[in-house]
Amino acid sequence: MVFAAGEIFDPAILVITGLILTGLSGVPGLFLKKGAAVGQKLTTALAVFGALCGLTGASVTLASGGIETFSINWSLPFGPCEIGIDPLAALFLLPIFLLSGCCAVYANGYWPAAKHPATSRTLGFFLGLLASSMALLIIARNSVFFLMAWEIMALSAYFAFTVENEQPEVRKAGMLYLVCTHAGTMALFVMFILLRNMTGSFQLAPAAALSPLTPGAAVIFFAAIFGFGMKAGLMPFHIWLPAAHANGPSHVSAMMSGVMLKMGIYGIVRVISLFSPLPLWWGIVLLGLGIVSGVAGIACAIGQNDLKRLLAYSSIENIGIITMGIGVACIGQSVGNQPLVLLGMGGALLHILNHSLFKSLLFLGSGALIHAAGSRELNLMGGLARLMPGTALLFLTGAVAICGLPPLNGFVSEYLIYFGIFSGIKAAAAPIVLCLVLAAIALALIGSLALSCFVKLFGVAFLGLPRSAAAGQAHEASRLMLAPMGLLGLCCLAVGLLPQFAAKLVQPAVIAVFPSLVASGSSIASTAPLHWLGAVGAGLLIAAAFLAAGYQRRLKAAPRAAAPTWGCGYLQPSARVQYSATSFAATLVHLFRGVLQPRYALAKPTGMFPVAARFSSRIPETVLESVVLPFLRVTGILFSFLRRVQHGEPSLYVLYIFITLALLLAWAH
Amino acid sequence: MTDILIHALLTILMPPLLIGVIGKTKAAFAGRVGAPYLQLYYDLAKLIRKGSVFSDTTTWLFRAGPVITLAATLVAALLIPLGNHLSPISFAGDMILFAYLFALGRFFTTTAALDTGSSFEGMGAAREATFACLAEPTLFFTLMTLSRLSGSLSLSPMLTSLSPALWISSGASLLLLVGGMFIVLLVENCRIPFDDPTTHLELTMIHEVMVLDHSGPAFAYILYGAALKLFVLGAFFIQVALPLKTGNALLDWGIFIVSMLGLAVTIGIVESIMARLRLVRIPQLLVAACILSAFSMLLILR
Repeated sequence: MVFAAGEIFDPAILVITGLILTGLSGVPGLFLKKGAAVGQKLTTALAVFGALCGLTGASVTLASGGIETFSINWSLPFGPCEIGIDPLAALFLLPIFLLSGCCAVYANGYWPAAKHPATSRTLGFFLGLLASSMALLIIARNSVFFLMAWEIMALSAYFAFTVENEQPEVRKAGMLYLVCTHAGTMALFVMFILLRNMTGSFQLAPAAALSPLTPGAAVIFFAAIFGFGMKAGLMPFHIWLPAAHANGPSHVSAMMSGVMLKMGIYGIVRVISLFSPLPLWWGIVLLGLGIVSGVAGIACAIGQNDLKRLLAYSSIENIGIITMGIGVACIGQSVGNQPLVLLGMGGALLHILNHSLFKSLLFLGSGALIHAAGSRELNLMGGLARLMPGTALLFLTGAVAICGLPPLNGFVSEYLIYFGIFSGIKAAAAPIVLCLVLAAIALALIGSLALSCFVKLFGVAFLGLPRSAAAGQAHEASRLMLAPMGLLGLCCLAVGLLPQFAAKLVQPAVIAVFPSLVASGSSIASTAPLHWLGAVGAGLLIAAAFLAAGYQRRLKAAPRAAAPTWGCGYLQPSARVQYSATSFAATLVHLFRGVLQPRYALAKPTGMFPVAARFSSRIPETVLESVVLPFLRVTGILFSFLRRVQHGEPSLYVLYIFITLALLLAWAH
Repeated sequence: MTDILIHALLTILMPPLLIGVIGKTKAAFAGRVGAPYLQLYYDLAKLIRKGSVFSDTTTWLFRAGPVITLAATLVAALLIPLGNHLSPISFAGDMILFAYLFALGRFFTTTAALDTGSSFEGMGAAREATFACLAEPTLFFTLMTLSRLSGSLSLSPMLTSLSPALWISSGASLLLLVGGMFIVLLVENCRIPFDDPTTHLELTMIHEVMVLDHSGPAFAYILYGAALKLFVLGAFFIQVALPLKTGNALLDWGIFIVSMLGLAVTIGIVESIMARLRLVRIPQLLVAACILSAFSMLLILR
């Protein structure tokens, strides 16, 4: 390691300290079997302290724009193990540390050791390991070290979300996740081996060092999309995401959705940054995948009635938006349109930050909802805003942010991507313009579908009357659960009202991906007038405050009365006449029935007298159930002849070993 | 400075007059005298002074809905140029903010509707959310076409740079654009053929049923907000459809006011000669509008 003794507050050292502290945060809890509550508090303290160290280090690196590399002496034959923190890595480290701290505090209220003595220690350990392995893979600059950290991340996520593995649903989701993540890792093996053949070492090449015309570059690109896209949840590789996010504890889902998916995006961005000049079809492929993930993702989300599955599909949609921004930036890089590159990549990177803020806020809020209502089913909730006012306000902030509405942060990143696309349309030649037009229309469609989806989610869960007895007896979430949600909500508002500072944070990371932008000298804040957004957002809040004050004055001056909701004269209003989640989404599900393939089962009443009838509707995970599982079934049948090799006779197995040894000895000669 | 003052005065005072003109046009078609031109002003003055009845199912969101929607529409009114005059706030990319401010208003209107726990409001909210999904792409196609035609990314330069000469050169594209934009105008403002503002049957309503439980000053905010939205989107439409410009500032204001009243008469005529479409036909018409504006974009690209 190369550093002077006086540089103890070096940002890279802070990041590594934070990483180590977070990784070890769960270890003391493992040894404290009897004092599990004390163990959980110790874990939380270590995790929060580690998060603060890491956040400081990452922010200082982003502010200074510097790059630091270290070399670890290991005795493995894969070249020197380098770790380095550059602005792109620092940008991805911000959500990792912020969310690990928030989730550690949240776990004290949501999964207290007193109620879950067996699982809380395991959960704390694996969450800490998950956060630190993600930070480790971000700073890794050696392919093998990267893969080691990647595998630790994948496995700790598996163990973290399958803590309640006595339930068969959780086990199934875990097995699906394991198969998918290892399929992706195999593609990453292919990719890193090809990269080593191209560069001659396992070190990560510097930005823009490789040429995409060398043979194997296209295979690297597709392997990266398959491997990293599987982790990110790009369609059609998203099949593990809904089940995994729905079945784990909510703060694990927040970590997975808020940060782990972004590790896939990090990989894609790193691989893209290695090649220069980028071929046009790379950008078009990324844009196409982004559009498909975005539109199909939010269409699937609208049809879900399980609260966490809905949020999981919405994560797929936002990953689609991020990939669209990356695709737009790659297209701009191929044709030499600077604003397109700057704003497309800037919007995508800012959306990564924003999504981790508001999606984790929503998942933490969903944890409070499920804790209060006793189930994940939206059609059994209702009227929870009166019983849980704090959770409702924070969940509303998350919902408004994820719909991309001003004055919150979701609008800023979508505005940057739109601005880039519009400047491209204004200036560029016809074939590119068609792609960009499609991108803008897809983004508009995604935005309005997301609005319907989250109005449905917030309205059915929090508003109206309770649809079940459990929802009628809910209680507010504890302060330990509300505090991290409040922090994330404040961050959403801050980025929305001060977007020029967020752009300043993201700018060095964009330059790290596309170093050719330095020559043009323009920055995001100078190309897109972000200070106006903050000003108009503030103006909107002031106008709303004025109108609200005027309304309050008029209310005080005139008589007020309370009455039941207008029911068109019905004498027996009940909670069951309200629109449910299924009915709210019915028209949109019908419009998108090609993608969603909804299955309806109706047992009609027969005969002359009233009898019970049943109706159920289900939206399957289309790619999994209609494509992947039948394909695997057919493959299994085709290869069933190979099962004759596994007959169970040990003497023949020894014969196999003997034959293999003989062949290897013959080959060695 | 006087421009900003006149912009503010027109934005605040003119919208209810448009509703009055639409009403008088429909009355003329029906052979009635109809309500006075200033009827909505009298209604607003009465409602502001009235008491309110709140449903006991509702929370603070129900009271906040109309306030936030009106605030969003007022800020959007500051972004749109009126006549040949620039808007008070203008910056690159403000058209995206313009579109999303209306989405913000829609979010809070639909949420306030779901707050009442009534099946009618839920139905209205579901319909409104669905049809808005299909109208957004048309609006964005329009913005992209206009941006490419004018070479600008801000609403004010974009709309004030249109001229009759542009109609002569790219007439086909602008005609398709105006067709698509008129359909968006009707659907966003809940006019026939998408929604009948004078119906009293809840099951046929979209927007009126969402605001069924509001009363008193909140209802005044809602009615005024709806008129203001018609004014703002109508101003956008007028600048594309009738880009008549003289150099004289006062004459331009006059032309603007007359064109807005003409637009109100046109909407009144459309409402009088057509019936509301069946709900299953509305998505088809919206997709047709999207295709029209997509073709207008394609014609520009040639």
